[in-house]
Amino acid sequence: MTDIITKSPALQTTPLATDIPVWRVRLRLLWRGIRTNVALFTENPIGLVGLAIIVVFASLIVIHPILMKSVWDRNVYDPVLGIDLAIPFHPAPPSPEHLLGTDPLGRDVLSQLMHGTRSAFILGSLAAIVNFIVATTIGAIAAYFSGVVDSIFMRIADLVLMMPVITILIVLGSLLNLEMLHLAIVIGILSGLGGTTIIIKSQALTIKVRTYIEAARVAGGNDFHIIFKHIVPNLLPLSFLYMTFTVSAAIAIEAVLSFFGILNIRMSWGVMIHTTQYAGYLLDMSKWWLIFPSSVSISLLTAAFYLVGRALDEIVNPRLRKR
Amino acid sequence: MRRYLLRRIFQNILTFFLFLTAVYLLLDAVPGDFGDLYLSDPRLTPDERQVLRARLGLDKPVLERFGIWLVNLLQGDMGISFSNYPRKVLDVIVERAPRTILLFLSSTVISYYVGFLSGKVLAWRRGGPLEYTTTIAGIALYTVFLPWFALMMVWLFAFTLDIFPIGKFLDPVLWRAAPVDANYVFHRILLTAVIGGLVLFVWLYFAQRLDPAKRRPVGWAGLVVVIVGAFLYWNTSGVGKYALDISHHLLLPIMTLTVVNFAGVMLLTRNSMLETLREDYIMAARAKGLKDAVIRDKHASRNAMLPVATSFILALAFVLDGGVITESTFSWPGMGLTLLTAAQTQDVPMVIGALVFTGVLALTGHLVADVLYAFLDPRIRYS
Repeated sequence: MTDIITKSPALQTTPLATDIPVWRVRLRLLWRGIRTNVALFTENPIGLVGLAIIVVFASLIVIHPILMKSVWDRNVYDPVLGIDLAIPFHPAPPSPEHLLGTDPLGRDVLSQLMHGTRSAFILGSLAAIVNFIVATTIGAIAAYFSGVVDSIFMRIADLVLMMPVITILIVLGSLLNLEMLHLAIVIGILSGLGGTTIIIKSQALTIKVRTYIEAARVAGGNDFHIIFKHIVPNLLPLSFLYMTFTVSAAIAIEAVLSFFGILNIRMSWGVMIHTTQYAGYLLDMSKWWLIFPSSVSISLLTAAFYLVGRALDEIVNPRLRKR
Repeated sequence: MRRYLLRRIFQNILTFFLFLTAVYLLLDAVPGDFGDLYLSDPRLTPDERQVLRARLGLDKPVLERFGIWLVNLLQGDMGISFSNYPRKVLDVIVERAPRTILLFLSSTVISYYVGFLSGKVLAWRRGGPLEYTTTIAGIALYTVFLPWFALMMVWLFAFTLDIFPIGKFLDPVLWRAAPVDANYVFHRILLTAVIGGLVLFVWLYFAQRLDPAKRRPVGWAGLVVVIVGAFLYWNTSGVGKYALDISHHLLLPIMTLTVVNFAGVMLLTRNSMLETLREDYIMAARAKGLKDAVIRDKHASRNAMLPVATSFILALAFVLDGGVITESTFSWPGMGLTLLTAAQTQDVPMVIGALVFTGVLALTGHLVADVLYAFLDPRIRYS
């Protein structure tokens, strides 16, 4: 992004008068960069569809606590502990009171779905942040120092690439007590140390040889300054792209693990499917409201993040750019 | 090229050793050991527990235990599986691994073949309505929640239409009077599949060198020959009925995996082709006035194949990941299901064994990928 900005003719024509404070120039440049990229992003309908799906799901997170406070009785609609005693037999089909019916334990499916959305977003963003920090730092450091440091990190990346993530997590989850936070960190580290680092590093290698890095070194910048002020900002678009893919992967992995009943999570989409399986309604399509809402949500949300990632890819990836 | 290969082989073996270390230390770091297993048993006094620990070697430092384990592993001794007591871990792996390998090898080969062909055409028609619909369908399949998709397949084809059996490896009623055991039949199925696949591969490779008009009929003839050959072999073997039963159980999981993998391969090929089509030499080929099909198949797709070939080999490393999901949904008794039950019943030797198995697969995959790369990419050959 910064790269585009520095090359834009607008910068050269900007009068570097002392009466304009530097932060305002920076802010203006940032705004212009964002505007260019938003224009590029909105060109692509695929990315917009993904974004729309994400916004819809994000709104569910906001609506849920409001509904719990105002319309829904906590004893009936609580996603984990609620039960509707007015209905004699659970799972009950969709009705005006329960728009998506109730699960085998008498809890409201819609309420669970909304609550599960929050879990999915928290897990996804945590894993993505961990992935971002790990991959960007290590990628930049490995590219900048090269030599032994690079070799060590690349061997670690090879090692992590060799590890089947779901298998490792199943083993960890069965032997230890895995909670949401642990899971997010493990997924973030595993995805960050493996493929993402290699890609970020190769990008950082192309940045390292640019003239402005040399200029920064001539100006007396130390290694730390050059890595975090000059290389990392130029890696951000690519890192952001891989963050969306990590969100996608994290949601899917959590769902699979919860489906096997391995994680210690109170409510998520995977747990909903696990409850259905546990009660023996897995192949009973006359009780479609048990399995469809959560499974479709998982598929939709992972697809949405993947779509946004692809749309970003066409902006960020220089080889796919149409310009 | 030889130096490149030797270096890569050395690096891969080093990585494998690191993998083994990581697996062992990871499982060693889990709190509690076998000495604590009977902690609630009042008949076992603390002294006896210490004796038990010493006899199992648990009082030794962790590095020494790792060394002993490593030596045993190299001799093929991975201990005894608790959940399959008294069978040895290696024994269980030898029995279950071929099932997983057949399932994944066949579905991966089919999906990569079909996915590469369709991705190629898709990139060529960028911007058309066909491209949009296929890409959307591909993304939907690629990101679908696999357990749910597998369940829907079971529900549709096995439960409602009743074309395939619901999960499991074989039909026990049919096998009651069987003269041979299931593994005997299964190993022969695997062998048939591998030999048939190889023959077909060589046949198609030489068919590509014929002139274009003959290519397709000769290719189809090869397929027919392989199928007829396999049919004749099984018809004369006397256990064809049982082989058919296992194949019948195998079809639905293969179908499911193929459909899901196919989408990913198609999208990957499409992206890779799109990148290749921007290269200057493609424009040069066009300027020469070559036919579209020639540019696509001879110039673009060969370079576009590189990332796809890598992903094909790397897919091998993730056999167990997909295996856990697919095999548990279809109750297919392969390595994935074995690992899941072992992990859930705290069967540590079996878990380590399954992880080592994945490591071996991944190591082989990486090695094959390196050799393949050296052959496919001339830049490596000359360096």
